[in-house]
Amino acid sequence: MAVSGSERGASRDSRSTGTGDAARTGSASPGRPPRTRGRSMNVGRYAETVRDRLRGAEGGPILVALGLVVIGAVFQALDDNFLSPRNLSNLSVDIVGTGVVAVGIVFVLLIGEIDLSVGSVSGLAGAAFAVLNVNLGAPEWLAVIVAVVSGMAVGAVHGAFFAWIGVPSFVVTLAGLLAWNGLTLYLLGASGTINIDEEGMVASLTSNYFEDPAAAYGLAALGTAGYLLVAARSRSRRKATGMPYRPLGELWLRTGLLAVVTFAAAYTLNQFQGLPLALLIFLVVIVVSDYILRRTRYGRRVYALGGGVEAALRAGVGVVRVRIAMFMVSGTLAAIGGLFVASELTSASPTTARAAGSGMLLINAIAAAVIGGTSLFGGRGSTWSALLGVLVIQSIASGMALLGVRDAVQFIITGAVLLAAVAADALSRRSSATRGRA
Amino acid sequence: MAYPPVLALRGISKRFGGVQALMDVDLHVRAGEVVALVGDNGAGKSTLIKVISGVGPADRGVIEWEGRAVHIKRPHDAQALGIATVYQDLAMCDNLDVVGNLFLGREIDRLGILDEVEMERRARELMRTLAIPIPDVRTPVATLSGGQRQAVALSHSLMGAPKVLLLDEPTASLGVEQTSHLLDLVEELRDRGLAVLLISHNMGDIKAIADRVAVLRLGRNNGLFDVNTTSQEQIISSITGAADNAVAHRTPGTEGAWP
Repeated sequence: MAVSGSERGASRDSRSTGTGDAARTGSASPGRPPRTRGRSMNVGRYAETVRDRLRGAEGGPILVALGLVVIGAVFQALDDNFLSPRNLSNLSVDIVGTGVVAVGIVFVLLIGEIDLSVGSVSGLAGAAFAVLNVNLGAPEWLAVIVAVVSGMAVGAVHGAFFAWIGVPSFVVTLAGLLAWNGLTLYLLGASGTINIDEEGMVASLTSNYFEDPAAAYGLAALGTAGYLLVAARSRSRRKATGMPYRPLGELWLRTGLLAVVTFAAAYTLNQFQGLPLALLIFLVVIVVSDYILRRTRYGRRVYALGGGVEAALRAGVGVVRVRIAMFMVSGTLAAIGGLFVASELTSASPTTARAAGSGMLLINAIAAAVIGGTSLFGGRGSTWSALLGVLVIQSIASGMALLGVRDAVQFIITGAVLLAAVAADALSRRSSATRGRA
Repeated sequence: MAYPPVLALRGISKRFGGVQALMDVDLHVRAGEVVALVGDNGAGKSTLIKVISGVGPADRGVIEWEGRAVHIKRPHDAQALGIATVYQDLAMCDNLDVVGNLFLGREIDRLGILDEVEMERRARELMRTLAIPIPDVRTPVATLSGGQRQAVALSHSLMGAPKVLLLDEPTASLGVEQTSHLLDLVEELRDRGLAVLLISHNMGDIKAIADRVAVLRLGRNNGLFDVNTTSQEQIISSITGAADNAVAHRTPGTEGAWP
């Protein structure tokens, strides 16, 4: 968490942007492992490279994907409804609230900090929306904007206390966890539970589906084609400038795998009600944020800040501004996630606010980011890890709900999964340090 | 000489609370020249480097760039003038690869998108022209050896085509072979017309590549020597204070008798 730059120095491993396979374009990204591509490479050396890569950057996400398969198989064996299109489709909507919050957490984790307030902020956004729209009669669009902007403002306050005054981020946001939860309860205090309009914009966030099968298939085709296009362009540019490039076979293999996964998902969704609007929004949030982080100058500086504050300062990175901005992103996405949660419940109530304050959403969001491969120690990770991680968390939750496991046991299991993920993160740092490729 | 020095400092002073870290320090560097800055621990060498690089601006004094007075208040100001600094700690972003570190702060992009291919191409080219033995420019810098890190840090500082290069104890953490390779590199840069200001404790290095030696003692100038005509003992006694050099007591401005 709040580890200083020098301490973080030598022991960094190479799985920086490990989880972004689906959106990965062929060319390089920050912190990729050593790689020898293309040209004069014989089969033996190529196999070695692949093995190296599995151990390094790309091994994490593959392990998580395998974990998902195991989770699916186990729960399916215990209850045949687990892999039914209906359950999987519901799962794809359930992940969105926590998932969007987790994307915000990734931004903060990348600079080596933590935001413990996201659960409370999401509750606050839901309450602010409900009070404005239902109790005060403000138009929905205005209430949504106010809710999201208040999340952004809360993030700015946290960021300012951290970056300007120097209060450790976990303390600032821990104070925020309590204070914003208190504000939420205060807002809801007068009226108790507020039911939001079931036909309204916010409710439709999680109840709308694109029922035309073409929508899901079209999205799958678009994603696959986009990946292929970007990867192929990068490959041909590398070839033209005489630099090593990936073998053509690998390009097709990756594209093929991506196509299989996306079309299988589209097929499953179409078996039920089609492509959920919520899932589409979640994917857009991930693709856009991943693009900003890995493909723009600004994103490069975010990673730089996570990799070494001193070096970033000397290179002219506006450290204070980037830090405040990351907390603003986290607050904004927490608020948006909160609207998705309110949409699913079609209400904002003191009970759910207390639950948000108790930290389940927070723990799930942090667990999702870390399980997906974003490091708690800064500088490594991508927003795709939010998708992978939240799938793991929600699959376990959904499976246990199907089996009728009690809440108490679910808490224990979720806690254990989080601890295991963080332990794996710490171990991977250590082992790569001893391998000399910290 | 016909041209003013690239960089000249006059009467630079800086205090930290009750400590007078620098007092009326004068120094200048010309293009194609290596000036060694020496002094005991706490003599003010690093403080002076920070003044020049904009990390810790001076309280008083004048900095002249190619004969004109300039203000260096931030690292950015120094970079914009053409001053590049390689710090002793070689701070880098360990999670980024060699290319990412080389171009940090000077990324190349097309329509807002990082141009990784072009950056990698230039990085390879630079590694080749400077004969820096990096196995793969896509290696995270955390995996590099001390000498390789030093070379990457130096290359990073050369990215902006600087005119003045500040090196803070560049050979302190290097082995014998790496040191000689680094010194070759510095000489090559000098021959290309860079002005180099080198902080070092190593008399061998100084004798090998410096043209002049400026001594700091307790935050003041304590001698300016021509390496070829001065003995090592003279320099050392000036560093330790055994010899109180006349230069330290001269009236300000006599050294700066240019043009």
